[in-house]
Amino acid sequence: MAIWVVAARKSGATMAAARCLTRRNMVNGGGSCSAFPKSHSPNALAGKKEKENSSALLGFWRFKSTKASAAAAVDQLYSSDEDVTNNHQGLDFPGGHVSYTHSLNFISNSSTQNRVPCYRVLDDNGVLIPAAGGGSNAGDFQFHHHQQPLISQQTALKMYREMVRLQVMDTIFYEAQRQGRLSFYLTSTGEEAISVAAAAALTPDDVVMPQYREPGVLLWRGFSLREFADQCFGNKDDYGKGRQMPIHYGSNKLNYFTVSSPLATQIPQAAGVAYALKMEKKDACVVTFFGDGSSSEGDFHAGLNFAAVTESPVLFVCRNNGIRVDGNDALAVYNSIRAAREIAVKQGKPVLVEFLTYRVGHHSTSDDSTKYRPVDEIEYWKAMRNPVNRFRKWVEGNGWWNEGEESELRSATRKQLLQAIQAAERTEKPSLDEMFRDVYDETPSNLREQHEQLREMIKRHPGDYPSDVPV
Amino acid sequence: MTVRDALNSAIDEEMSADPKVFLMGEEVGEYQGAYKITKGLLEKYGPDRVLDTPITEAGFTGIGVGAAYHGLKPIVEFMTFNFSMQAIDHIINSAAKSNYMSAGQISVPIVFRGPNGAAAGVGAQHSQCYAPWFASCPGLKVLAPYSSEDARGLMKAAIRDPDPVVFLENELLYGESFPVSAEVLDSSFCLPIGKAKIEREGKDVTITAFSKMVGYALKAAEILSKEGISAEVINLRSIRPLDRATINNSVRKTNRLVTVEEGFPQHGIGAEICASVVEDSFEYLDAAIERIAGADVPMPYAANLERLAVPQVEDIVRAAKRTCYRSSSLAATA
Repeated sequence: MAIWVVAARKSGATMAAARCLTRRNMVNGGGSCSAFPKSHSPNALAGKKEKENSSALLGFWRFKSTKASAAAAVDQLYSSDEDVTNNHQGLDFPGGHVSYTHSLNFISNSSTQNRVPCYRVLDDNGVLIPAAGGGSNAGDFQFHHHQQPLISQQTALKMYREMVRLQVMDTIFYEAQRQGRLSFYLTSTGEEAISVAAAAALTPDDVVMPQYREPGVLLWRGFSLREFADQCFGNKDDYGKGRQMPIHYGSNKLNYFTVSSPLATQIPQAAGVAYALKMEKKDACVVTFFGDGSSSEGDFHAGLNFAAVTESPVLFVCRNNGIRVDGNDALAVYNSIRAAREIAVKQGKPVLVEFLTYRVGHHSTSDDSTKYRPVDEIEYWKAMRNPVNRFRKWVEGNGWWNEGEESELRSATRKQLLQAIQAAERTEKPSLDEMFRDVYDETPSNLREQHEQLREMIKRHPGDYPSDVPV
Repeated sequence: MTVRDALNSAIDEEMSADPKVFLMGEEVGEYQGAYKITKGLLEKYGPDRVLDTPITEAGFTGIGVGAAYHGLKPIVEFMTFNFSMQAIDHIINSAAKSNYMSAGQISVPIVFRGPNGAAAGVGAQHSQCYAPWFASCPGLKVLAPYSSEDARGLMKAAIRDPDPVVFLENELLYGESFPVSAEVLDSSFCLPIGKAKIEREGKDVTITAFSKMVGYALKAAEILSKEGISAEVINLRSIRPLDRATINNSVRKTNRLVTVEEGFPQHGIGAEICASVVEDSFEYLDAAIERIAGADVPMPYAANLERLAVPQVEDIVRAAKRTCYRSSSLAATA
């Protein structure tokens, strides 16, 4: 059973709703959905009422009559004593209790009042939003929203530094691609808070299955600028041995799964990894990231459904660059992931977290996003709603950071990056035998033969082959 | 022992030996398996190790691949490999390629199994043979058992193998019974991946086949022997890697080749075998290679048409005779 994390608006009214994702397949013997929202009246599902026209009326009448007969049939099966909770008549299905309603209301998302509100900690100027009431209860977990969020100066500064380094890294690698030194690149511009702050809220044992816009996690966990450059240039020091396009980073030791291009495939795979962790009884969870576009994929639905059914500890993090949590507020990201992780690990329940954000950069170096969105919209978000600036204001406001340190960090990072790029560019590419390794666990004889044949061919016709590839 | 029991016992023994092995698929648990291959395993190992999945091949294949990424050893069942099409991205782009793309950091010890190819009267979308599709992809191993001995030995090998394995069974073979030796019944029995088996030795013509067609080839060999043609029947067992050495050695001995498969002819297994023999043993061939395959049409449903769309024993006999007479006669009919 999955819990959807929602929390306070800045107006202070704290409302937390836990909603159970209904399972499609009731036949499964797995866990049953027993907890149901306590403060949940049938009319909470009300959206706009459909305009009455003849077809709707017909539908309405049809609905009424089948409901009446079904209700009558079912009443005989279930004793009415059990059904009465809070004066709501209801029915016990194998998946849980469902209350009846006498009003026909269609759930419509065009009504803004019923949208799940968006959690934030810092306002647009990086100032802590005062909490009214001091805390929020969401049934299964305590979400403390005091004046001081649960973050130390050391963690906050490290978060800020990594967000800055991510920005600088993105700028320089993007330029390198434009100069033709890299074949491809993809920035996290506008979404720096999400990957860095989320990583800060996790432990090193938590397994990360990224989409491709989360190098912030690697930065947090200690991947060096040189290691990033090695992968982008596909040289022999690349952990991927030059087998993939740039930005397809992967690191076993940092528990970060190698990036894979097809969208959303990591979502059900994350449920599988979480299942394995659960079997191991490890105090760790899986965190998988994806964009809102990927959430259209069938894999998204299957992954969430299955994780809920198997009760596996996985966080599904949606970078909605189109609620939930203000993804441009580093502290909100940190808090929400901390809380979500608690639920996932302690209770073995999967959690879906949606970060609202804005992708300032183009999708990738193969994209010109001004073709499908207005330039002033991009400029606005870049200037006025920048997550790095916002967090900077808070950190500076606390007296933990200043202009001098800022320019020093940026220039030092820039220098390191340029050195890393120069060194990575000059490093040898992987040797020829790497092309044939790792197809299988052990290199089969036919590939060894092909390697030999290719070696011979290169020896006989050296002019036809690149001279910088060690044979 | 029937092929069904052979598969069931192999999976059972491997699950018992290694707690990381687990089963998932539609109806593998409470229903005892759509074809009863996994009968009794839910009772024995519990719902943590035998998972009834929701109806989403893309979903549960993805989950299986993820579990394999983290060190478990899933056996994912497709009710038929025709349904694996819904999950083929996970099989090819994730399972097959991850070890290579991650430079050895992510290994995928997963087994995909289920019935493949034509059954009886199930129509176009339930009858395709997917051996050529999977066997063309580097990173996968593809196995196709015929007898109960094959089923036991190759299943155990597949489960123990650290690479992703596609295990192509055949629905019509599940109920067939084969004699098995004590060695085969032992729980440590295992067959090597990549080795074909010479089911019947001969000296006049080599016939290669896999899965159900091995039985047909053996029947054809019987008929041919009465007409003075001694056919050598090779049970491929392993489609990828293909045992090119055994095939070529046999052709160098007999000088004639007939390849048999149930699937579509273009880009099929026979095409690869032909290429291999022409490349390696060209001078040894005394006749053009004959390829027997299913008709190049989606499988029709009507029983009479279905029979005409798949190879029959007589087709194999005629092809073998053609290879034997071609050098002396232009008559292509027998």
